[in-house]
Amino acid sequence: MFTGASQFALVGVVVAGGSVWAGAATAALLGSRNVLYGVRLSSLLDRSGWKRFASAQFVIDETTAMAIARDSIPESRIAFWATALAVFSLWNLGTLIGALATHALPDPRALGFDAAPPAAFLALLAPRLRAREPMAVALGAGVVALVCLPFVPSGVPLLIVAVLVAIFGILRSRG
Amino acid sequence: MMWAGVLVACAGCYLLKLAGLSLPASVLQDARVQRTVPLVPVALLAALIATQTFSTGHHLVVDVRTAALVVAIALVLLRAPFLVVVAGAAATAALLRLI
Repeated sequence: MFTGASQFALVGVVVAGGSVWAGAATAALLGSRNVLYGVRLSSLLDRSGWKRFASAQFVIDETTAMAIARDSIPESRIAFWATALAVFSLWNLGTLIGALATHALPDPRALGFDAAPPAAFLALLAPRLRAREPMAVALGAGVVALVCLPFVPSGVPLLIVAVLVAIFGILRSRG
Repeated sequence: MMWAGVLVACAGCYLLKLAGLSLPASVLQDARVQRTVPLVPVALLAALIATQTFSTGHHLVVDVRTAALVVAIALVLLRAPFLVVVAGAAATAALLRLI
């Protein structure tokens, strides 16, 4: 799974006591934006044969942003693959260091590590809030998740929010 | 079980990316898809922030994580880099727990 927000979400749901399946569903729903990135990239990348399957793994926020900002198709392809290589290697190196370092850390809470994931999600969310509608959706989603939380299994509030936002989006696109 | 869930999530995330590169553009240029898909991460990220800040298990709580989130919001508004936002929030929670 090479899409950061989905990784964080899966871990977050499981750590909060939710089932891995609720976590997996949340991760996949967060990854749904990559479908639209793929659409943007499909006119820029070489999709012949196996290259489509190789490219797909690297369709993420960063590679899409770098590729669509270029003026020609050859430059877009270079930008896509250079970004893919840099982010993929450094991201996974960081993950490996983190996995090995956990054994050296006595109490993650004392270091404030439980406050880190929400801050990371916030930093990922902030660039998407440039208009009034996403701001309202974000506030509504936060409230709905907290209202549901005491009454349903861990991780399920996120799925309720996903269903409601899908209904909201479909209703809005009619009007 | 845990790893089965992880593998299913990996497959799901990969197939979504492949679908984007493979499906005919007309399907994905549908107004409902264009309108709804960008809102899904917004809603889920906001819900993750809310639940991971204001709850412990099935209880709603306000603790040092709330202060950490306020610091993170301030840092985001100041356009601080990603790592500064995350480290600032963690440091806030750690310092308040020391007191």
